[in-house]
Amino acid sequence: MNIQVDKSKLIPGTTVFGGSESRKGYRLNKFAMSFTRPENRDAFTADEDAYMEQFGLNDQEKRFLRDRDFRGLIEECGGNIYMIMKIGTCTGHGLYHIGAQLRGETFEDFMATRNAKGAR
Amino acid sequence: MAKIVGGIGSSHVPSIGKAYDLGQQDEADWKPLFDAYKPVQQWLATLKPDIAIVVYNDHGGSLFFDKYPTFAIGAADSYGIADEGWGTRPLPPMKGDAAFSWHLCEELVYNEFDITVCQELEIEHGFLVPMHMCFPHDPDWPVATVPVAVNVIQHPLPTALRCYKLGKAIRRAVEACERDLRVVTLGTGGLSHQLNGTRFGHINPDWDQDFLDKIEADPLILTKLTHQEIMEQAGAEAVEIIMWLTMRGTLSENITRVHRNYYAPMATGMGLIAFEDAG
Repeated sequence: MNIQVDKSKLIPGTTVFGGSESRKGYRLNKFAMSFTRPENRDAFTADEDAYMEQFGLNDQEKRFLRDRDFRGLIEECGGNIYMIMKIGTCTGHGLYHIGAQLRGETFEDFMATRNAKGAR
Repeated sequence: MAKIVGGIGSSHVPSIGKAYDLGQQDEADWKPLFDAYKPVQQWLATLKPDIAIVVYNDHGGSLFFDKYPTFAIGAADSYGIADEGWGTRPLPPMKGDAAFSWHLCEELVYNEFDITVCQELEIEHGFLVPMHMCFPHDPDWPVATVPVAVNVIQHPLPTALRCYKLGKAIRRAVEACERDLRVVTLGTGGLSHQLNGTRFGHINPDWDQDFLDKIEADPLILTKLTHQEIMEQAGAEAVEIIMWLTMRGTLSENITRVHRNYYAPMATGMGLIAFEDAG
């Protein structure tokens, strides 16, 4: 068999988004994908709880969303980074804010590790 | 007869698009990247292609995990600009050439590449960033395009070799078209980057430079890379580089490199390479 992803050889600090993640995160990612329509972004901003309810999110997903815990959404709920970024944009958390959370760092500490911070 | 006249590999980092829209091309940290595309723009203005086949991945612009195709091809006369969650970018819709796309689809499917045919497809940063970096668009784009969307975001992904073979099949399909068309192909994405886990921000400039060497001189060795090897060395999201192999597969061995650049300012190794193909 052609092994492209070796599940016995985990890459430290890395999530490989495959079938199990996509199944687990399906509702959450569908919720996030809805942010591609401005009226849905407005609806979320106007009443976050009511909007989350429409997508049948579970309590853990809702808690992470309320806490802006993007690491939890990605690592525990099957969130796909490209989908979760759409939520982050709506709540004012850009990719590097999410990235700093994932690394367990402050935004400033993460930015200090970069070569040319103006290109962001 | 239609023919492939060139191939371009380019990163498609969305922040490049944001910087472009904000007019930050001359700011110190962006200038090295934007200046690097000028020779490619000039070369393309001389090369005068009619069609650009753009191999890219959709990051939730118009494709979602309810039905995410491994390979999909746009077959429309126009492609709208997707709202990816941060509004629609101020770019004109992309011109298509539905007849040419359908020709490619027929050739590919009958040669055993079973692709999904899309008569409606909004395009997003994976496609747009390399296009507006390489081509002018005021008032309109100088080329018609064929979007070729590849799944590189939800494993299982097509193998590197399969992507290279797709390029070979695209070349044959182009050459089977009787219209007198000059075609360039773009392979987009990468190079090293990782956007998840505690390894977020991982880049590997040495690996990237080696990849740029090999995409020119020894693409076959790159087709042996597994997704695991790419992810270990260059980061989980670096698997996008398999789309450069589709571009390279469309080219003959009679190529000349006209430009190459590498810049890694933030969280992605941004690569650029351009080849002219004498056929």
